[in-house]
Amino acid sequence: MRVLMFGWEFPPHISGGLGTACYGLTRGLSHIPGLQVLFVVPKAYGDEDQSSIRLIGANQIPVVHRQLELKHFSKTLDYIEVESKLVPYVDPEEFWRLTRLEVAGSLKYLNTNAEGKVDFSGKYGADLMREIHDYALVANVIAQDYSFDVIHAHDWLAYPAGIAAKEATGKPLVVHVHATDFDRSGGSVNPTVFEIEKKGMNAADKVITVSNLTRRIVIEKYGIPEDKVVTVYNAVEPVEGHVKEGIKKGVDEKVVTFLGRITMQKGPEYFIEAAHRVLQKMDNVRFVMAGSGDMMEKMIRRAAQLKIMDRFHFTGFLKGDEVFNMLSISDLYVMPSVSEPFGISPLEAMQSNVPVLISHQSGVAEILTFAIKTNFWDVDAMADAIYGVLNYPGMAKMFVSHGKKEVDSLKWENSALHVKRVYDSVLKNPS
Amino acid sequence: MKTICLYFQVHQPFRFRRYRFFDIGKDHYYYDDYTNESIMNKVAAKCYLPANELLLKALNKHKGKFKVAFSITGMAIEQFKLYAPDVLESFKALAQTGMVEFLGETYSHSLVSLKDYEEFKTQVESHSALMEEHFGAKPQVFRNTELIYSDQMGEMVANMGFNAMLTEGAKHILGWKSPNFLYCNAANPRLKVLLKNYKLSDDIAFRFGNNSWSEWPLTATKYVNWIKNLDSREEVINLFMDYETFGEHQPRDTGIFQFLEHFAAEVVKSQSLSFSTPTEVAQKFQPVATVSVPHPISWADEERDLTAWLGNEMQQEAFNKLYSLLPRIKHCNDPKLMKDWRYLQCSDHFYYMCTKFFSDGDVHAYFNPYETPYEAFINYMNVLSDFSLRLKAAVPEDAENKEIIKLRELVDEKELRIKELEAALNKTKTKKTVSKKETVSKTKV
Repeated sequence: MRVLMFGWEFPPHISGGLGTACYGLTRGLSHIPGLQVLFVVPKAYGDEDQSSIRLIGANQIPVVHRQLELKHFSKTLDYIEVESKLVPYVDPEEFWRLTRLEVAGSLKYLNTNAEGKVDFSGKYGADLMREIHDYALVANVIAQDYSFDVIHAHDWLAYPAGIAAKEATGKPLVVHVHATDFDRSGGSVNPTVFEIEKKGMNAADKVITVSNLTRRIVIEKYGIPEDKVVTVYNAVEPVEGHVKEGIKKGVDEKVVTFLGRITMQKGPEYFIEAAHRVLQKMDNVRFVMAGSGDMMEKMIRRAAQLKIMDRFHFTGFLKGDEVFNMLSISDLYVMPSVSEPFGISPLEAMQSNVPVLISHQSGVAEILTFAIKTNFWDVDAMADAIYGVLNYPGMAKMFVSHGKKEVDSLKWENSALHVKRVYDSVLKNPS
Repeated sequence: MKTICLYFQVHQPFRFRRYRFFDIGKDHYYYDDYTNESIMNKVAAKCYLPANELLLKALNKHKGKFKVAFSITGMAIEQFKLYAPDVLESFKALAQTGMVEFLGETYSHSLVSLKDYEEFKTQVESHSALMEEHFGAKPQVFRNTELIYSDQMGEMVANMGFNAMLTEGAKHILGWKSPNFLYCNAANPRLKVLLKNYKLSDDIAFRFGNNSWSEWPLTATKYVNWIKNLDSREEVINLFMDYETFGEHQPRDTGIFQFLEHFAAEVVKSQSLSFSTPTEVAQKFQPVATVSVPHPISWADEERDLTAWLGNEMQQEAFNKLYSLLPRIKHCNDPKLMKDWRYLQCSDHFYYMCTKFFSDGDVHAYFNPYETPYEAFINYMNVLSDFSLRLKAAVPEDAENKEIIKLRELVDEKELRIKELEAALNKTKTKKTVSKKETVSKTKV
């Protein structure tokens, strides 16, 4: 079976959860005998290996086809790059970082607004629609040039490409919902994005969602029939070898960490309120909000207002080893997300032996047992849980002894098998 | 002739309210009165009252041929008094038939037997006193919380003057041996040991209403035939279960009440079967062997061990923290603190923290006020933190502190005396100079 996959990002360029998930899933799929993935990505950077054959499509869009040999894969991967300016989503901080570094100006990045969603009112808006359109055109060409059995498209920007490929060949289409605009916008949905999302889901033969939480949104808000929507949970790459020695804490104090974009979706304000409550009872604890985002200033003001800035720290955006170092000095990782389709980061914290507190409003809560869960708005419960983990060591001990094992059992190979089953089902009864 | 020993356990814990860490040191009331009262009322209406009524009728009908045994925890008795006094009355009515035996246990339904003999003894004695007060007889047979038993515990119980003890007929203890005989303790053979026939007990307690069970529906005739068809040399069938089986775990519409009624009638009618209380069993039969239980067993879960209460790190921490207070508790005589101390020890609190059954927690979820074991743990530890602060204040650690307390008491006493004297002085003053009274009160304002 050959799968034409419209995915996002590939090493070395991984900027967020979507890239990680696409990569992990593709890797998992490569372990299934008889299943081949034809991986199409929009090329956003330009420093990738150019030694492979270069194809120019009929529509003048350059397409690069290479065969990658990656150490995690059991075989080589057919990998097609489309020279498109699309990037999956850019975190605000990532966006600023990238645009600052950009010299030649040959590549344009999507303008994303405060919450990381695309702002259509600006001049980039028209560009974006053209990009999506172009990408779909290329998809059409690719679909005719290669042979495959199933089409698989990740998240809304790739849906039009998936639809185009389906129209060109009549092969079944699976769309994979990693997030909806309801998650990103907190309810005030962008109608254009909604339209593209809904079109993709309607055109699809099966819709895969990353959690039951997202599945419900797809069913209820997008009106997709229940039997068409299947949940396949994400997984996490196992940590290789033993965990590196992290930095040591300078002081004998507890550290509670929030790590992520400081945007409404992630619920940073609830973390601050909970911290405030804990600090009234304890003084040997520090809270860290790592990351950046449009709500950062507001959060700093709130923390100052609560007079907890001596114990509450903003680090700004962390990358690479800084994230690892931050986790290694943390006693608790908190993810109070308001709406999180899945949320891979708590799994990474658990791999680093850090206990996690997550909101019920995150998809990952559905599969974790060795994690404390509260509602994002229940600041009292959250504060109580934080206090409990820091003061009653029995719980942290248990999380550390069982959490890593639990996370390690979440394998991409298993998720891939579920996805394979979805492929089988659409091949059996083509609509 | 085989005899059947029916024993029912009655217990309700005092569940804690949501006690947040910011309540520590501020609010000392820990209990969720609403939940406790509504659960008690629910169980009373569905189980205790109708089941007691049925038993009373059967006891009167079969005059001396039908017998049962109960153990009722101090927690349950206290809740009867608070929320359902008619239940307590109905148990007293059962006691008056003379065919009902009340067993001894720990007052708090606690796990203290694993920790401290002295405290264990205190709790058993206060429970015995309570049983005597309400049901007119001092218990002669003992059942530990959740049928927890080991050789050492058996010996402790024998030292307290009990003749016999009940426990689980756990497979890994018995091996090829049958639970349907009387055994005795390995350390002190004078203590008889009655072993639960878990297969036949669980047929009623867990499987009765399960219509996917191959033996469903279970009729009294079928059940009695199973017992009759056991090896003819076997002597005693111990059927031990939660009293809440009747009407609560197995709802009324499964026919559980009719089953109980007909079961009693069938056995009484039969030539080869009879009923006995645990005391009678211990007197009538000769122990066939000692039963060796070096590590504690219980009647819970598949493992029949202590892991339901002390299986994970949270439970162990909570349990050890609780009993680390023991040295102070022994010097404490504040009745309010002692009451909280009794309620804190209830094994149910530890049960709520169990993580063994993340997938199918049906038994564990029963009456469980918490959504997750973590909440249960955090809540318990918050309560325990507040309690230990209060205890520390009431019973200071070292002699110096004791001295300070004594001096403070002395100062308080003296101040009280001074106030009294001042008041007396003022009285005499006002009597003498009535005209001055107004100016005095004005200056006070």
